[in-house]
Amino acid sequence: MTDTAETLPETMADASDGANQLRQIPAGVWCAAPIGLLLLAGFLAPLIMVVLFSFMPRGTFSPFGVPTLENYVDIFTQKFYISFGWSLFLALISTAILMVVSYPLAVAIRRAAPRRALVLTILIVAPLFVAENIRLQGWVLFLDKAGVLDGSVKALTGFEIGSLVTNVPAIVFGIVYVYLPFMLFPMIMGLANVPPDVKEAASDLGASRWQMFRDIELPLAAPGLLIGGLLCFVISLGAFSEAKFLGKGVVVTIAQDIESAFTFGQNWPRGSALSALVIILAGAAVYLAMRRLDLEKMLGRAS
Amino acid sequence: MASKTILELKQVDKFFGDKAAVERISLEIVEGEFFTIVGPSGSGKTTLIRMLVGMDTPSRGDILLRGERINDVPANKRPTCMVFQSLALFPHMTVGENVAYPLKCRGIEPGARKARAEECLTLAHLPMEYYDRPVTQCSGGERQRVALARALAFDPDILFFDEPLSALDYKLKKLLEKELKDIQRETGKTFIYITHSLEEAMVMSDRIGVMNEGRMVQIGAPREIYRRPNSRFVSEFMGEVNVLPVTAKGGKLHCQSLGTSFEVPPGAQETDGVLIIRPEDMRFVNGEPPVNGVLSGEIFNEYLLGSRVQYQVRAGGTTLLVEKQRDSAAPDPAARITFAPENSMLFAE
Ligand SMILES: Nc1ncnc2c1ncn2[C@@H]1O[C@H](COP(=O)(O)OP(=O)(O)O)[C@@H](O)[C@H]1O
Ligand SMILES: [Mg+2]
Repeated sequence: MTDTAETLPETMADASDGANQLRQIPAGVWCAAPIGLLLLAGFLAPLIMVVLFSFMPRGTFSPFGVPTLENYVDIFTQKFYISFGWSLFLALISTAILMVVSYPLAVAIRRAAPRRALVLTILIVAPLFVAENIRLQGWVLFLDKAGVLDGSVKALTGFEIGSLVTNVPAIVFGIVYVYLPFMLFPMIMGLANVPPDVKEAASDLGASRWQMFRDIELPLAAPGLLIGGLLCFVISLGAFSEAKFLGKGVVVTIAQDIESAFTFGQNWPRGSALSALVIILAGAAVYLAMRRLDLEKMLGRAS
Repeated sequence: MASKTILELKQVDKFFGDKAAVERISLEIVEGEFFTIVGPSGSGKTTLIRMLVGMDTPSRGDILLRGERINDVPANKRPTCMVFQSLALFPHMTVGENVAYPLKCRGIEPGARKARAEECLTLAHLPMEYYDRPVTQCSGGERQRVALARALAFDPDILFFDEPLSALDYKLKKLLEKELKDIQRETGKTFIYITHSLEEAMVMSDRIGVMNEGRMVQIGAPREIYRRPNSRFVSEFMGEVNVLPVTAKGGKLHCQSLGTSFEVPPGAQETDGVLIIRPEDMRFVNGEPPVNGVLSGEIFNEYLLGSRVQYQVRAGGTTLLVEKQRDSAAPDPAARITFAPENSMLFAE
């Protein structure tokens, strides 16, 4: 990296002391600078605003008032912890289901001939080109009472299925459906880290299928599984449309509470306090997972 | 040693698509022997051994272990195990965990596991303090020993090796070859070893099987294969040789390009083909009446090969190789070369 910096034209170096100091900065830092600035402006700044607002008195619109903890107290006294609980529950159960559902799919794609793997990949990615809300509405039309499924079955057999939406399983189904690629692709990446001859060696040494899976495949693929799990957990913690459309308000998630606090409740500080808690929760999950991960190893730098 | 067959192959074929990687191999391995399969890269050695350990099934033919057909028995149900070319160590485990893994699979309790794993480390000449070291921190030679110790811990009836030493430097390779042979002698186990290096095969084996293009072309003791190869391929594979194209003419073999006739090797049928002579069987004529045809040429190069010297001689458009002991007198640059008929080999073409 430093090599590149050293080959910069002499004139730049000679210009002034300041330029000389700039020359000391590794090329990698320069390359990372634009995205760094973007992250700073687009991620950190709103985060700071959110934290500031969360300590403001109810219903104020300035972040510079007298700090108070009343919004955090409200979360507990006004039963917001219920929607927290639901979001947490939905995120956990969806992530668990996603892991189980994606695993055989990931193994199949890894094993498939390159051409077929490509076709499968395209099929899985294709829905991402359609907006999530539209896809979810499609499912509602399909599953609702007198929808495509119910209507067809009724017309053909006279039997009424009724509505399959407006319940928690439908919400979980929606989350699993929407976030499948986010679990699948990291998982495929993880499985790619398991050398086939190492698996063969385990089997040759007497490992049963299950032992091979538990002792060799799972630990070696763990980085991919962990990243996928983390990704899905964090985004489904903020799940909103699934509960709104497929759940039709049967449960309220924290993301819905935040939305109504900001929009219809016109209570920015409350929305901010709820957001801050979600961020802390997601951050804690990322921290715990990352502590178990060796990034160097994952990127294949370790010997 | 009572020679009891432990492994038998009957007309084993393996096809990938319609291409045969292994063809009609029949073989009997004797209990306790060190059998080496040599052959150039791509000759089907790995394909063969994968069927023997159970990672692949033959397209045709039978594999019998102690008389029982095991074609379809998967690798994890066979009492055999293999040291991979890549070693295939478990990268997320320590040396000790690697070695103890086959014992863990068998459900042996941790205490006994550790004791046995330590025995195997010792057998593979690995110091005990390596037990808790991650395998990723071991050098090439140490990994080699870990892979061996792990296979020994499995305590297989037959231990297979697929070119495990090919990535090591010469000195280490020599050392490990000797150790491997010693371990085989100590444990009395049957070893089946693959290599493309003839030298490796010669040092360790009781018997050698030479493979070419999916077929087992010759099986025999190292000396036998070296002294009496049954084809031009084997003779050339077993080391550098001189190849003289000859035609049979009136009880003699005439070499057109060199304008000389030679005696038919004793026991050989007179035929058109190639006469093959090893460099160390060629000698310079000085005075004594030759018993065979004499070639004249010009020495244009010499190489020191340890205790011997190899001369390159230009004769009638071809280059001949002649080897002599280093301390013997230097030959005349305008060389006259001959060889004893019994040291030449005739193969029909
Ligand atoms: N899985 C496979 N699919 C197709 N061809 C294969 C496969 N494995 C080996 N071959 C072919 O079989 C031949 C023998 O290969 P191999 O047994 O690896 O040789 P060696 O180990 O002697 O170098 C080669 O031509 C190789 O391309
Ligand atoms: Mg091979």
